[in-house]
Parts: sequence; C-alpha cells; structure tokens
Amino acid sequence: MSTPLAGGTPLVDVHAHFGRGAGVDARRLEAGDRIGVSCHVASILGSWGGTSPTYFASPDDVTRGNDVMFAMADADPGRIRAYVHVNPNDTAHAVTEITRGRARGAVGVKVAAARRCDDSLLDPICDVAAEHHLPVLHHLWQHRTRHWPGQDISDAADLSRLAARHPSVQFIAAHISGGGDWQHSLPAAADASNLLFDLSGSGCDRGMLDDCLEWLGPQRLLWAADVTLCTALAKLRALDVIGLGADDLADIRWRNAVRIFPPGAFVATAAIRREGAA
Amino acid sequence: MTRVDVHCWIGGYPWRHVPHPEPAVLRRVIEREGVAEAWVGHLPSAWWRDPAHGNAELVETLKPFASDLRAVPTVRPDWPHWTNQIDAALRAGSPAVRAYPMQVGLSADHPALLDLGHACAAAGLVLILTTRFEDARQRHLLDSAPDLTAAHVRALARGTAAHLIVAAPSRALVEEVHWGCSPAERARLWWDISWLWGPPDDDFAHLIRTIGAGRLVFGTGWPLRLMQVPRASIDLLPVDLIGAELASGGEIERRAKGAATR
Repeated sequence: MSTPLAGGTPLVDVHAHFGRGAGVDARRLEAGDRIGVSCHVASILGSWGGTSPTYFASPDDVTRGNDVMFAMADADPGRIRAYVHVNPNDTAHAVTEITRGRARGAVGVKVAAARRCDDSLLDPICDVAAEHHLPVLHHLWQHRTRHWPGQDISDAADLSRLAARHPSVQFIAAHISGGGDWQHSLPAAADASNLLFDLSGSGCDRGMLDDCLEWLGPQRLLWAADVTLCTALAKLRALDVIGLGADDLADIRWRNAVRIFPPGAFVATAAIRREGAA
Repeated sequence: MTRVDVHCWIGGYPWRHVPHPEPAVLRRVIEREGVAEAWVGHLPSAWWRDPAHGNAELVETLKPFASDLRAVPTVRPDWPHWTNQIDAALRAGSPAVRAYPMQVGLSADHPALLDLGHACAAAGLVLILTTRFEDARQRHLLDSAPDLTAAHVRALARGTAAHLIVAAPSRALVEEVHWGCSPAERARLWWDISWLWGPPDDDFAHLIRTIGAGRLVFGTGWPLRLMQVPRASIDLLPVDLIGAELASGGEIERRAKGAATR
C-alpha cells in the first residue's frame, strides 16, 4: 500500500459521522484510508432528519442511531470507535443511553444542538460521563449571537461555563472551522483547561491554525474532519508547514485523543498500538 | 499541465486580520504548492468605491513578481470612466479582470453588468466573479452583501459573449447556472474548485461526472483560505476520477483573447 497522503504516523479523527447512506459511509472510510486515518471516532445523529430533526432527535431515533453506530464499531473496532449520541432534553433517556452505550463499547458522549450547552439539563449528562471517564464532544456554532433555525444556540463561552462546572470531564468543542466567528471562540475558551477544540469543519481560513496554537497550544487541539475530509487533509498539510515540532504534531494528530478518551479506547487500532500508547 | 491559480489576491481584508497577504509570501506559497502562476487581484478594491487606486497599486506591487504573479485589476462598471480600467488591464498584460457586483449593489438586471460583459468580451479579458469571501455564518456585522446569485452569472452568460470564471461557488450555484444556460453559453463558463467539497459528500466529484472536468478550474482564495484545500480535493477524488484534467487558466485566457473584437 502506498504512503498515506498525510503520512504514516497515527491519526485519529475525533469528529466523524456515519449512517448517512451506505455509499457516503464507504466513501468516508475509503478517503480516510487514503489520508491515513487510523481511527474514526464517530456518531450518528438519530435519523439524520428522517423521522425527527438532526439536532433535535427523538429518543427512539437516538437509540436507533446509536445501535447502528455501536454495530459499526463492533464490526471494525480498530478503525471505528463510537460516541453515544444523546439529546439532553430527554435527560433520563440520555443518562440511560450513556450507561448503555458505555457497556456497548462507546468511548465518548456526543451532544448535538438541542439545548444551549450551559443549561442545567446538561449536568446529569456530564455527571454520568465523568463516572465512565468519557469525553463530551459538543456541537458549537462559534460566537453565535442570534438564533438560527434548525439548532439551538451554543458557543465556546457557553461550553466554557459547562466545563467549569465539571472539571473532571474533558470537553471537545466541535469544529472550530464549522461556522461562526472562530476568532471569538479561542479567547473565550482559553482559560477552560478541560476544554479542547477539534479542527474539523469546512472552513479553512488562513490564520486560524496559528491562532488556535497561540491561544490554546497543541495539547488542546484535536485533528478531525466532520463532513469535509478535503479541508481536514488541507489543515494537516498546513500544520506540516507552519513550523510545529514532531511532538506537537503527534499530539494534535493522535496523542491528545489517546489522553482524553478512556484507557484502552484505541487498543484495537494497530497504528496506535504500535506506538505503545493504546 | 501547468497549474494556474485563477483565484487569489494580495492586500488586507476589511473584516479580520489576514496574515501576510503580500506578493513575496504568495510567490513562496505557490512554489511550495506546485503552482506555476497566479492571477492576483487586489483584495481591498472589492470594497473601495473607485478601484482605480487599488489597480495602480496592484500593478506596481506585482512588477517584481511579473514572471509568475499576474495582475487582475478590479472593474466597477457603474463608475464614471470605468472603461479606463479595462484599458489599463490590457496595458498591464492582465489575463482577466475582477468585478464584485454584490459589493457595489448591482442587481442581476443592471445594465452596467452587461456593459461590463461586452467590454471584457471585446477586449479578450476573462471576467472573474466572486461568489463569497467567507462562510456566511462568520461574517462581520457590517459585511452585509449577499453571495453572488445565479441570476447575475446567467445574465452575463446569456447576454454577453464574455468568458467567465466564477470563484468560490457551491455545487448548487454551479448547477443552477450550468443547466440554466445553453451549450454555447456554458462553453464560456468556468468554475473555480476552491469551495466544492470533496469526500464523503463529493460535490467536486459529482460535478466532474455531470458538467465535466473541463468546466472546472484550479483556484484557492488565498490569502483568505489555505492554498492546500483544492489540491487536497484533487488528491481525494474517487479512484475512477484520478487524473481528471481540469481546465487550465492558460487555455481560458487563450480562448478569451481569441474571441476579442477590439
């Protein structure tokens, strides 16, 4: 096999999605292999709008989507790991689903955009995430100053408040380049040491990676793609040319992920096992 | 094939800091990325009332880099004596000019838009339109101009003989215009790939399969966006599309010049 486009060292995508159609899923895996993605940590957001809205998924859709996600991870555990996706409005269901998901091998909690993320309904979810040592990946719209249809409002300042209430939980702020004013998010979250950012999103503004490094440092950044692998590959190539040391690059590519996900989360991922760090 | 970046600028951006938007940096970046030539606009001129000063600055600034950075002046066709900028572009040896109808408030049926298309066609200059500078969700409060509309592009393609490049379009814009034009009109239309998504949704691959690689052209949106993006999209094309030949900037320029009437 030829050398992957992003090199041969481990690479964890901490913000992946499946369940968007067999062809799309297969294409994600195929393109991921070409890039050199060692492991996709992924979620399915309910029915993707089929029977309830993507960001406001019904309990039944949440459960069904998670079941498909868990089955995909079971079938290919080295390459795919699952988040358990929850809707905090159905809090009791969410808590039960996290416990069920952990038992089924989920390695993190995915919260979409059904409730502003500093709302108290998130607290029981974070408590159970802490109990199971699971990081919480939360969808954000960077510096969202008004309501838009289709999703509830949450930005990095909101997530920083939630992170302050749950210092034993590692939070991942979703897609710094996934829309909104990313320049606001970095200083807004700079002091929240248990809040990391994933680099996914279709945006690829020059200066963004430099500002991420300046405000957060490489130990608080996680490489990811969300739904645009092209921009994710471009960001890897940009990281290669902005003067980062090998250790910092490895942190962003995979070591920070190994650090925040539960022990053993990547034990089946050969590239990480070879590094002795699974 | 020589790779030409038809969609980049130098100069600052009014809505946020952009690191090093200077020609010396652009030259280093295109060398690193294997791009032989860049068509370079003057970014602030998109918002200036009269682009003449920006055009003069652009041409002068790029003189030491003339071997690979080619000036693409801005034309505002509702401004008095705007055709002077067409003449200046020809004197500068420019392959193209840029226009920003949304930033100056020209509707799709404004007569100046067609005047511009006619003037570019006659002069043999490619006309570059810009769909967007940034994602709509991150724009500054005062950056209120909407994205370029399909109606603007269709008006120019249908009403004039101009050779058009549309920078930073989405798949939806491309399809609405392409399939809304006659074959003869489509033959003068090209779409830069900098904002067309790769896998897993594969908008870029979809358009290669439907409208053809020959309607698509390499562009980056530097200095606003990472130059690495379009090459990543090309590298991640489905296996059966690897090696698909996009249109070249040089060929588009030759076709525009070949159809000139003045």
